[in-house]
Amino acid sequence: MGDRLVHHGEATKKAARPRLAVFKFASCDGCQLSILNLEEDLLALGQALDIAYFPEASSDMKPGPYDIGLVEGSITTAEDAHRILSIRRQTKVLITIGACATAGGIQALRNWADVEAFKQVVYPSPEYIQSLSTSTPISEHVQVDFELWGCPIDKGQLLRVITDLIAGIQPRLPADSVCLECKRRGNVCVLVAKGMPCLGPVTRIGCGAICPGMGRDCYGCFGPSEGARKGPGLPPNTASLAKHFHGGLQLIPIEIMRRFRGINGYGSSFLAESNAWEKKT
Amino acid sequence: MATRPTTQFGTERTGICIMSIASEMRGILPTANLQRLLDALSAKGYRIIGPTAHDGSVVWETVRSVSDLPIGWRDQQEPGRYRLEQTASQEVFGVVHGPQSLKPFVFAPREPLLQIERTKDGFAPRQMIPQLEKVAVIGARACDLAGLTVQDRIFLNDAYRDPYYAARREGLFVIAVNCVRALSTCFCASMETGPRAKTGFDLALTEVDDRLLIEAGSEAGFDLLSDLSLSPAPQKLLDEAATRVDACGHSQVRRLERSRLPQALYDAHEHPRWDDVAGCCLACTNCTMVCPTCFCHAAEETPDLDHQQTAHVRLWDSCFTQEHGYIHGKNIRPTIKDRYRMWLTHKLASWIDQFGMSGCVGCGRCITWCPVGIDLTEELSALLVPASRSSVTSQQVEGP
Ligand code: SF4
Ligand code: SF4
Ligand code: SF4
Ligand code: SF4
Repeated sequence: MGDRLVHHGEATKKAARPRLAVFKFASCDGCQLSILNLEEDLLALGQALDIAYFPEASSDMKPGPYDIGLVEGSITTAEDAHRILSIRRQTKVLITIGACATAGGIQALRNWADVEAFKQVVYPSPEYIQSLSTSTPISEHVQVDFELWGCPIDKGQLLRVITDLIAGIQPRLPADSVCLECKRRGNVCVLVAKGMPCLGPVTRIGCGAICPGMGRDCYGCFGPSEGARKGPGLPPNTASLAKHFHGGLQLIPIEIMRRFRGINGYGSSFLAESNAWEKKT
Repeated sequence: MATRPTTQFGTERTGICIMSIASEMRGILPTANLQRLLDALSAKGYRIIGPTAHDGSVVWETVRSVSDLPIGWRDQQEPGRYRLEQTASQEVFGVVHGPQSLKPFVFAPREPLLQIERTKDGFAPRQMIPQLEKVAVIGARACDLAGLTVQDRIFLNDAYRDPYYAARREGLFVIAVNCVRALSTCFCASMETGPRAKTGFDLALTEVDDRLLIEAGSEAGFDLLSDLSLSPAPQKLLDEAATRVDACGHSQVRRLERSRLPQALYDAHEHPRWDDVAGCCLACTNCTMVCPTCFCHAAEETPDLDHQQTAHVRLWDSCFTQEHGYIHGKNIRPTIKDRYRMWLTHKLASWIDQFGMSGCVGCGRCITWCPVGIDLTEELSALLVPASRSSVTSQQVEGP
């Protein structure tokens, strides 16, 4: 994928640097803040890339085309569904950042609900609200080149992908389970030792297993492990884990449904699992 | 266990049988004076590492005083479940083991192998051999020692000696504890690796009520024992210790049926049981991470943004990951069934062809730390029954 960037290797330092754009859709801005939180690496990033469009960081917004486009947020309005098409046309390598852009985000809970009813309850003048009845990931609208999961993303992983793209090599985004990293870190498993319904076994690696490291169960913010939406592999065995939550950890069906219907509830295999348990509630 | 001798490495640590230990190579230490042993180790420049209670289990950590050890605690383990419980006793080594074996001390979960700098005419790699550190681990079990022997066989094999492993291994001083209580998941007796530490230790302890029987298993251990000038162990205590350790072996409820291995598992390649276990397995890698013998690793680059330098890092990997089965252009183990079959067949069968020993030492960790409690001894038993009778037998997980 990196070969789609015109500039790479030594040339990037002197000649035209790859142009980066950061776009926002329906989201909390947390993933964009992860970019700003790169601290000293942000300066290096600014040297390696021409940060051409990043409204959250600068009001100097240069027009496209862009080499790398980072997209935060999900599609929740007709206007956004249109805007993402034009962004795709202007962007060589399009990368979704975070659970919203990659899986629809927590706001995708509306996909199981009546949005009209929500509007009536929440807004004094609901007629001013223009909104789609669904929140959908970017990949349901345009071709996505790479997906960075997480709520928020891991800033180290973002930096790594950009580093690889500049070098002209295919970024490596492991899709293994969180457990792999959890054990490398020497955490004690909260599922086995405390009976907590940890989603780590079916969740994608990338966060550094920070929740089990703090004695709490993973709630799947990096989405389903391998084969989730893009990339090789088969969907994770959520059915077996869910059965164990029920038979082993004594969770009732609605608790299991909620476990899978969270930040990445609309991410393919979590979606199927939560629907299966909704039928049993 | 092995068809070839397994004790060819670290010769000064091996080959000492408890029955042949000369009387000056052992002594008794009242448990209340265990601090003397720790102090003697510190005096010799060792950093002491022992089991410490943490997050509902024990993990290896630096210990300075006996009170850092999990005194009075015991572990209860069963498939997919681990619980610590407090007892009224003053037992120091009542917790058998936690998720970690000795593996992390010698085969690090993540370590840089090379630091590579870009130069004018190419690049310059620098090997990052770890500095020798004297580490004394207290509380290793017989299965942990057996696991270390297996890893030595892999990483210190003459032609493929791993300098990173070798550097960590060199500084390691092992104080084993003979088991007097078996967990429901233990099956070292059937693997002939425990519950008594036979080889590979510097010192071995047996906790008998309020006394510790200490035996030396290496020259370094003997030196340390001499420094302590302990009173000799009376025959009655030796007998009592032997009786308790033997009883521990006899009390084990699990066993691994290995008489027909490796061939029987090769013959079971198309057995329907693989489909049953694949329905349960999460391919989460936990079994391989906790296993004292698993040695698979991946390598990754960690370049700086300006591509002037990178660290070439080795990290624990597992045959349950998707990438592990990837060869050029194709994944040869796409399904969980392929991966579980690969794991069990390697562990219990092809490991014997490859290394002349079993890849399983009977510690039971993979049974306890499997989130859904898959039990390899049960899987093997089912696989050894001709296919027609064993399809869709016992289920590990209760369905809704
Ligand atoms: S705590 Fe969660 S992520 Fe860690 S090993 Fe256990 S199940 Fe996996
Ligand atoms: S442990 Fe799970 S919920 Fe916590 S940050 Fe990692 S992926 Fe997200
Ligand atoms: S396969 Fe399981 S029981 Fe055997 S040594 Fe490994 S973790 Fe222990
Ligand atoms: S056997 Fe258990 S621990 Fe091993 S990969 Fe399967 S589910 Fe995970």
